[in-house]
Amino acid sequence: MRSWGGLPDQAQQQRRVQWRDQLPGLLAEIGLVAGLGRSYGDVGLAANGVVLSSTGLDRVLAFDRELGVVRCEAGVNLGDLLQLCIPTGWMLPVVPGSQFVTVGGAIANDVHGKNHHVRGCFGRHVRGLLLQRTDGEELWCSPQQNQHWFNATVAGLGLTGCIVEAEIQLIPITGALLDIETIKFEGLEDFLALSAETGDGFEYSVAWIDCLSKRSRGHFTRANFSEQQLPVEPVAPLFSVPFAPPFSPVNALSLRLFNSAYYHRQRARRLASTANFYQWMFPLDRIGNWNRLYGRRGFRQYQCVVQAEAVADLLQIIRRAGTGSLLAVLKQFGAIKSPGLLSFPRPGVTLALDFPWRGEPTLELFRQLDAVVVSVGGAIYPAKDAHMGGVDFRRAYPSWEIMEQYCDPGLLSLFWQRVMEDA
Amino acid sequence: MQRILIIGATSAIAMATARLLAQRGEFLVLAGRQQERLQALAADLEARGAGGTALIEFDAVATEDYQALVAAAWGEGLDLVLLAHGVLPDQQAVQDDAAATSRALQVNALSAIAWMAALASRFEAQGGGAIAVISSVAGERGRQSNYVYGASKAALTTYTDGLRNRLSKSGVTVLTIKPGFVDTPMTAGFKKGLLWAQPEAVAAGILRAVERGAGVVYLPWFWRYIMLVIKLIPERLFIKLSL
Repeated sequence: MRSWGGLPDQAQQQRRVQWRDQLPGLLAEIGLVAGLGRSYGDVGLAANGVVLSSTGLDRVLAFDRELGVVRCEAGVNLGDLLQLCIPTGWMLPVVPGSQFVTVGGAIANDVHGKNHHVRGCFGRHVRGLLLQRTDGEELWCSPQQNQHWFNATVAGLGLTGCIVEAEIQLIPITGALLDIETIKFEGLEDFLALSAETGDGFEYSVAWIDCLSKRSRGHFTRANFSEQQLPVEPVAPLFSVPFAPPFSPVNALSLRLFNSAYYHRQRARRLASTANFYQWMFPLDRIGNWNRLYGRRGFRQYQCVVQAEAVADLLQIIRRAGTGSLLAVLKQFGAIKSPGLLSFPRPGVTLALDFPWRGEPTLELFRQLDAVVVSVGGAIYPAKDAHMGGVDFRRAYPSWEIMEQYCDPGLLSLFWQRVMEDA
Repeated sequence: MQRILIIGATSAIAMATARLLAQRGEFLVLAGRQQERLQALAADLEARGAGGTALIEFDAVATEDYQALVAAAWGEGLDLVLLAHGVLPDQQAVQDDAAATSRALQVNALSAIAWMAALASRFEAQGGGAIAVISSVAGERGRQSNYVYGASKAALTTYTDGLRNRLSKSGVTVLTIKPGFVDTPMTAGFKKGLLWAQPEAVAAGILRAVERGAGVVYLPWFWRYIMLVIKLIPERLFIKLSL
């Protein structure tokens, strides 16, 4: 197996688990537990080259339809949970941009979504989790019980042990149709003004930005659950990319054409529409293996959070490099704190972009971006990262020293090895 | 709400089928070897909408217990029984080992047949319902790479053919299911290719075949034609191949 971005060169071995009783034996031989492998970089890759996929532990253990509490094994994916809870009037409080993410992965990376400004991260809605250490010890961790273990495991990148089960508090919804408003903007001031005006009046908000345009033009989208109570079904995939072409069709010309067309697809400055939750929330899930569009060399994502003022500098560097991205996403994070020691979101603006991997030129671009991020005290998202230096990581995540005390000696990811080797 | 007995409930195809049945709100009696696994599965099926669950522990060797277990599972009558337990022995490891060969035959053929023997007269008296049995395309022709497994499934297929013949007079459906390569823990060691199917797809195919009252189903459908070709190869040529 490889990560979503196509790492490492030498594919890792994968073991599978179907039942809880198989865990003790498997945990002794593997180097890391991972879920569906949607992390882009190396947080989901084992230093010893053997990864245990948790996806066979996919049982829902209890679903309280009165209180909106679901307890499940950690390999259940979020799409599966959505299909279970949406028809009963409940919703996962936080979902990332893909539904093909396990509950364990969502906790270990403390994922965020388009509603970070009102709900915070995934870990905030976890009522408790069962952690199994590689020595066999089992711990129920929650904000009330084994609290330090809980805080180390949420956003803990799978390093504290195997997350076996979790209990999640859902939020009530009237239905899963979304009333959506899309507003074109030009310039970052415009984006920030829209973010400020949106405040907590909208459940979801996110912006797409044309990273090749000097004017920083884009679309700001915000949405609330609709009052219309129509049943919402998951949408079928459109097609799947069968293999990675030898050369990536994503190049300077196709990017410019795509970004321009994407900006102009909407003529009105402001457009109101209604959409299916699945379709709006997970647009890329409709293209199976879309990561293959970047060719055999794969791609890297760069996601950071910085003060608003630094975004212009980042965009300028990207524009100059000319290798910018199909989907550049901007979002204003809220101030809600996560229990996770190594949680990524913090007040500021997050910017996420994909780049076809070209080796040294891509790394050089990342180093320039890193310099800006570091200079304003920002942070890079481990779940997307494959290049961050140890010094930068430890400065952005000062709780790493506490975290280290909770790491399971039987587990080590390539990511953690990389950011800790010079500590 | 239908009452459905799933034997070998913790196998991958059975679990995928059980989830589809749970979404329809059916009552599921789950028979398996390990209580803890059955409990986790039952919780999952109830959370996904099953009308209720009951658990039965059984042993593939202790076939004398099956009459009593069927009586316990029966309730007011069973609409469907899915027989799904089985093992895939490593051919190289068992082929020269009589004890290991008979163990494989015990689970795949004798135990499954004993279940049907315990079920047949009840279904006959009930005059309806369906017994669906997971056999395999491997039972269609013995091949050097897989003939212990193949022989066990051939016995199962022939038995179900006969039982179908008998019970059709009482309005009972007996369905012989012949899956090809399915991506399950049973086949974890195999390299997967284009011919491989997911258990969810096979499960959906099983329920479609039960609904239309089919006697034999190949899953996915193209295996009917692959096996036709394999069966048509003349023996003199076949023995030279290393299939």
